[in-house]
Amino acid sequence: MIEDILTVFWRDWIVLKRRLTKFILSRTVAPILYLVAFGFGLGKNISVDNGTYIDFLVPGILALNSMNISFNSITPVHAERVYHKSLEEYILAPISSTSFVTGKISAAILRSMISSSMILILAFLFGAKLNLSIVFIGVLILNSIIFAGLGFIAAMTIKTYEEMSQVNTYILLPMSFLCGTFFKTTTLPEGIRFFIEILPLTHTSYLLRGLANNFEVSLMSLIVLIIYAAAIFFLSIKSFDRQLK
Amino acid sequence: MIEIKNLTKKFENKIAVDNISFKINRGEIFGLLGKNGAGKTTTIRMLTLQTKSSSGEIFYNRNSVINNEIEVKKLIGVVPQHINFDQDLNVYENMELHAKLHHLKKSERQQRISELLEYVELGDVSNENVRKLSGGMKRRLLIIRALIHRPKILFLDEPTVALDPQVRRKIWELIKNLKLQGVTIILTTHYIEEAENLCDRVAFLNHGKLIAIDTPKNFCTKFEKNSLEEVFIELTGDKI
Repeated sequence: MIEDILTVFWRDWIVLKRRLTKFILSRTVAPILYLVAFGFGLGKNISVDNGTYIDFLVPGILALNSMNISFNSITPVHAERVYHKSLEEYILAPISSTSFVTGKISAAILRSMISSSMILILAFLFGAKLNLSIVFIGVLILNSIIFAGLGFIAAMTIKTYEEMSQVNTYILLPMSFLCGTFFKTTTLPEGIRFFIEILPLTHTSYLLRGLANNFEVSLMSLIVLIIYAAAIFFLSIKSFDRQLK
Repeated sequence: MIEIKNLTKKFENKIAVDNISFKINRGEIFGLLGKNGAGKTTTIRMLTLQTKSSSGEIFYNRNSVINNEIEVKKLIGVVPQHINFDQDLNVYENMELHAKLHHLKKSERQQRISELLEYVELGDVSNENVRKLSGGMKRRLLIIRALIHRPKILFLDEPTVALDPQVRRKIWELIKNLKLQGVTIILTTHYIEEAENLCDRVAFLNHGKLIAIDTPKNFCTKFEKNSLEEVFIELTGDKI
């Protein structure tokens, strides 16, 4: 099983290695803009919880960036399934669905972590003071699993490329702005807030911010993320199995 | 070697394969013939576990495929009708991915890939992206990719579709050589000439049903016809 996971991962690594410079450069543009526009421009004179806005902002950017990167890293599987039909290679191979899904999600995690590292380097250059820990990295990985898994399920179930891009517009984009990334969810109206606080990105933002700024964090948020990750991983495997219908 | 019993595949409002049963013997080239939409590809997809049957059973070496999928996948090689390479990988990497997925050790992998690429005269393009290959090259690559793990049974779904006669004959030679090596071959085609040239036995499918099965020679003798095409017309009242 490990050998099969590594094979699936190897394929994505080959492709990433070939485009690594382009990948890093293209994934650095949006975070720089967020840091400059919101961190320096808008947030220069803002203080949140007795800290600077940039210290508040960077964990939010990390959360939304790892969501976007992990989701979009796995969506080419949609083209492999619908257009190129190269997914058949894996369906015909003597490997389990779990191995395939794990390999794909692992590659998405790698991309997400490379991109997160770039943001952290930039953030430190911009003067952010953040406390990094193993749990902090663990939360980033959990967030990547959740959204890579969602990307995988979308890639396995959605029929056209246009519909795939709608997931970005109608699901990821609203979450990017509303799930405690740029401001606290406590400022939202009660009804919206209840809904927003169910979403996984809200818990990721909250945990990353708390851990990075040495605030006390709720264990419940971590449990919520673990449950999301486990459920989505399971559903990803089921969505791959459904290709055999 | 392969036995299918009462195999049926229903889609929402269509029966693609309708209660077919037959056996395929070890080492033979077995042809599935029929018009487009006759159920040839769906039958192959069920036999290769790419799609589940609605009812019926499939046996490989007398073992049901149910709960035996991984073992069956080790036995078979599949050449699809469409080109399904990984577009982000080059020729060698596509071969290597297949070899890794079938658990070939590194030393064997390299040797086997080089040997097969040379066999079909693709050694010079091993570092090219698959998108740059001609139609004939892609077809040859599809076939050797399916052979990397030395399958005992090879499925070829319309292996020479849209190829010029010269390349088609080259692929026929390749298929005949595989038979000599003991590989059991199941191929679908709507080129009658291809079936007459290659197949030990053929099965005619029409509207999802199996209408007849025999050797090309027996068909022609029994129906007093000169070609399988004429036999098919006699059986169905229609051309392939």
